[in-house]
Amino acid sequence: MTDFGIGASVKRKEDRRFLLGKGRYTDDIQPNGLTHAVFVRSPHAHAAIKQIDSSAALAAPGVIAVLTGDDLSADGIGPLICGVTVTSDDGEPHKAPAHPALAQGKVNYVGDHVAIVVAETYAQARDGAELVMVDYEVLPAVTDTATAANPGQQQIHEVAPDNVCFNWPFGDKEGVEAAFASAHKVSSLDLVNNRMVTNAMEPRAALGEYNAGTEEITLHVTTQNPHVHRLVMSAFNQLAPEHKLRVVGPDVGGGFGVKIFVYAEELVVGWACRKLNRPIKWTAERTEAFLADAHGRDHVSKAEMAMDENGRFLAMRVHTRANLGAYLSTFGTMVPSYLYAFLLAGQYATPLIYSEVKAVFTNTAPVDACRGAGRPEATFLVERLVDVCAADMGMDPAEIRRINFIPVDAFPYQTPVVQCYDSGDYNAALNKALELAGYADFPARAEAAAVRGKCRGIGISSYVEACGMAPSAAVGQLGGGVGLWESAQVRFNPTGNVQVFTGTHSHGQGHETTFAQLVCDQLGVPIDNIEVIHGDTAKTQFGMGTYGSRSLAVGGVAIAKACDKLIAKGKKIAAHALEAAEGDIEFADGSFSVAGTDKAMGIGEVAFNAYVPHSYPERLEPGFDENAFFDPTNFSFPAGTHICEVEVDPETGEVDIIKYSAVDDFGRLINPMIVAGQVHGGIAHGVGQALLEACRYDSDGQLITASYMDYTMPRADNLPSFDLDYAPTHPPDNPLGVKGCGEAGAIGAPPAVINAIANALDVKHIEMPATPETVWRAAQTAARA
Amino acid sequence: MYEFNYRHANSVPDAIAAMQAADDGKFLAGGQTMLPTMKHRLAGPSDLIDLKGIAELKGINVTDQSVTIGAMTTHAEVAASTQVQNAIPALARLAGNIGDPAVRNCGTLGGSIANNDPAADYPSAVLALGATVKTSQREIPADEFFTGMFETALAEDEIIVSVSFPVAESAAYMKFENPASRYAIVGVFVAKTAGTVRVAVTGATTCAHRALRIEEALAGELDAEKVDAVTIPVEKMNSDIHASADYRAHLVIVMAKRAIAAASS
Ligand SMILES: Cc1cc2nc3c(=O)[nH]c(=O)nc-3n(C[C@H](O)[C@H](O)[C@H](O)COP(=O)(O)OP(=O)(O)OC[C@H]3O[C@@H](n4cnc5c(N)ncnc54)[C@H](O)[C@@H]3O)c2cc1C
Repeated sequence: MTDFGIGASVKRKEDRRFLLGKGRYTDDIQPNGLTHAVFVRSPHAHAAIKQIDSSAALAAPGVIAVLTGDDLSADGIGPLICGVTVTSDDGEPHKAPAHPALAQGKVNYVGDHVAIVVAETYAQARDGAELVMVDYEVLPAVTDTATAANPGQQQIHEVAPDNVCFNWPFGDKEGVEAAFASAHKVSSLDLVNNRMVTNAMEPRAALGEYNAGTEEITLHVTTQNPHVHRLVMSAFNQLAPEHKLRVVGPDVGGGFGVKIFVYAEELVVGWACRKLNRPIKWTAERTEAFLADAHGRDHVSKAEMAMDENGRFLAMRVHTRANLGAYLSTFGTMVPSYLYAFLLAGQYATPLIYSEVKAVFTNTAPVDACRGAGRPEATFLVERLVDVCAADMGMDPAEIRRINFIPVDAFPYQTPVVQCYDSGDYNAALNKALELAGYADFPARAEAAAVRGKCRGIGISSYVEACGMAPSAAVGQLGGGVGLWESAQVRFNPTGNVQVFTGTHSHGQGHETTFAQLVCDQLGVPIDNIEVIHGDTAKTQFGMGTYGSRSLAVGGVAIAKACDKLIAKGKKIAAHALEAAEGDIEFADGSFSVAGTDKAMGIGEVAFNAYVPHSYPERLEPGFDENAFFDPTNFSFPAGTHICEVEVDPETGEVDIIKYSAVDDFGRLINPMIVAGQVHGGIAHGVGQALLEACRYDSDGQLITASYMDYTMPRADNLPSFDLDYAPTHPPDNPLGVKGCGEAGAIGAPPAVINAIANALDVKHIEMPATPETVWRAAQTAARA
Repeated sequence: MYEFNYRHANSVPDAIAAMQAADDGKFLAGGQTMLPTMKHRLAGPSDLIDLKGIAELKGINVTDQSVTIGAMTTHAEVAASTQVQNAIPALARLAGNIGDPAVRNCGTLGGSIANNDPAADYPSAVLALGATVKTSQREIPADEFFTGMFETALAEDEIIVSVSFPVAESAAYMKFENPASRYAIVGVFVAKTAGTVRVAVTGATTCAHRALRIEEALAGELDAEKVDAVTIPVEKMNSDIHASADYRAHLVIVMAKRAIAAASS
């Protein structure tokens, strides 16, 4: 390992510009002649629009235009799409109601887009938006996940009877039923996976500019995947042909999944800037982010496990209702189906699994991927159920996990639910975590706490997740409309420094450092001479972007492959220059040398020769610039055990996290500091879900947690210092030996926290978020029992 | 934000004159409540009359009997004042736990009690310590100042000049925070002065108030156990997504006991 190569905790290269305030976000960009947009949004959860009167708004100072759904469809701009098909139990594809970017006669959630007002200043646009008179006929709203599909409910979309998007059974139903019928013991649990608002620090924004000379639209947008935005907007929304649409995701202040999707606002801004021939900027206010960003999670489930007399898992059965919101967001259907049910094996060798997911429409914001997407829901269900199993069998939660783990010699392991796990040593991670957490001494700490009137609890979560999205063939078989390979281009300049173009997008993950380390390691170029470039369709080759912890596991491999090509070409050039056979050239530490001699030339010199090929191998192309694509052959399966220790104040219900220990398997770490940062953030996200974050609509469909006065984000004082360690294994499918790490914390943490609280209070279950009142009530019930 | 006129006042009469001349004027102190309300377009005053330039509204004056704090004194200044820390430590601590550093560096005592948010901290201290609110017109005893949710005895053009807190033998404030906003879900201020114990509660109901049932049960003594027998009227409690009425009623007892214990130690 060098100071800057693989395995070094190199300080983040990108932080210089962020710490100096020199980051450049969409809202920072101020082109000449800029106009400002404000969206008129529905104040009702469900209503027919009888009339829109824009006259007063148009007469207001500075207002340039008020555009509605009629204008949009007159220009042939298509509705927003959902990119993944799920086949329902009737053999039909899921129900896909039209999702117009501006309402067509009806609104379906509070915050739904009715019109765009464009004005010379932001204040004038806001004033104008208040003057757009919309005549609504209010309809009853449906908001509750569990009952949305009940008979007699208000219908939201004509194409979706009973508000059902799909009903998706998966697995061996008969086999599971037979196993349950003859089981020694069945444990069951009803549980809710609470709806979350993702809350990236930078709200969404879009800036559209049209060049009438080149007929090109340039759209700066808060995106995690600029090329996917361009593709969808060109191919499906008819905004502009791909070669006449440039999408730039400049610095983006956090994504967490919520900036993957193609939203109404960015499409409308892109269209309106050409229609009005003026640059238009829209930046969401925080309230708009709450109302109209895609939300996450929102499942209501019943989970059951059949066991033999030793507590071995024989079969698992799951029934879930998943809320998809008012319309299908870009990947809305995929989250509660493929990303969820395929993870239900967890770390266990449960031979039979059956699940049924009914996905419903409600008059709430669309629901889509949020850090972990489907895997946190699956993990919370499995890891809570396993604790209930342990209690029912009178076993230690660590022990029941251990006897049911997929054994280390069984990898690669084919689960009964599609996924084939690459590598893992679940026992190793569990043992290390138990040690780190001081599990053996826990009873003494609990006793000491009891003396102080506090209830201590300890909770284990042994998670596995599927990320590194994803083998394209598998995606296609499942009904996905894309391939999930990744691309890279590694370009030497004649003076020997390197530009690395990646199709992924960094919005906090530190790619500019990690990928530079990778190239530094492969090519022996000093890290300061390497620049990583991403996020602009005019600069980088087509790429699929960043989500599903794929950037290193897929995008990093593409970079390594491009480096391999450079080395191969470099050997030819060096062989010619050093007058040796190509087969005798060795490459190490940035130097091409002739084996067994002291003849050598640096890679910078090779690059110079490639650009100034005065003496150069015949028939070899000049230039030192290679690209590569990598399509993974499998998902990546990070796993680990997280252990949370809490102290509950039974008088108030307050929960204090005393200690949090996490042992993860992320394969090989490129930059341990960045990995730890991802784990810290992920755990904070998971603790937020477990203890703090509740997205609540009232029965009229008003979002009652639409600001930080009511929606609780995790803060530093809600969290302890985390104790992290690793138990790496080698994933054979990944050429770099790496696994994804961006979502693991958010996946592993919620059940660790809730298991700890349930343990502290000696109750079966407690719903998330475990707010003080919820915990206090549980403590009251436990005390009475 | 809607458009408004900004007025800078140099003296109390100056500010009152500006208020009387305005269509729909508002005084501006730290702006920590006023400005967010305006940004959300929930308020649209014609004029904002800034009190920041008025010297006589600032400063802290401590004697053996009382702590007098100018209306425009920030929470951070109260929290950092060694004089307040020595005379009424519970008051300094209360101020030091309002909001976050930005809020404490801008928000003021006068703004807080004039606004009378049902979940604000200061009103409980004003009530329990039996403070006197000095205004541009008169002196108002604590028990007459807070009249309802976001309502006070202040007239439209009346300015709070200072608040005078009698020095207590002992006092303590216990706050159960709303996890999101960190305002009080329930806050209880307990103060003992010459044979009487006064207890005031904020957050629990529409307006901060003296907890007379608890005061009666204590009968001048700081004895937490005596609170166990008190019933808190659940029907008067606020109820929202963070805390239902019966949970709040329970928290009033718990926080009262903790405050009494802290005041007696
Ligand atoms: C994020 C955040 C967190 C907060 N957390 C807490 C908390 O935990 N506990 C808490 O108690 N408060 C909290 N606050 C409120 C804070 O304490 C405010 O400072 C306070 O409510 C208002 O004081 P101000 O000086 O900012 O007044 P302003 O916002 O300027 O004014 C508020 C009102 O008082 C009137 N007013 C101001 N001064 C006078 C005066 N001298 N005479 C007559 N009328 C006057 C104004 O006209 C206006 O109507 C929080 C605020 C924020 C933004």
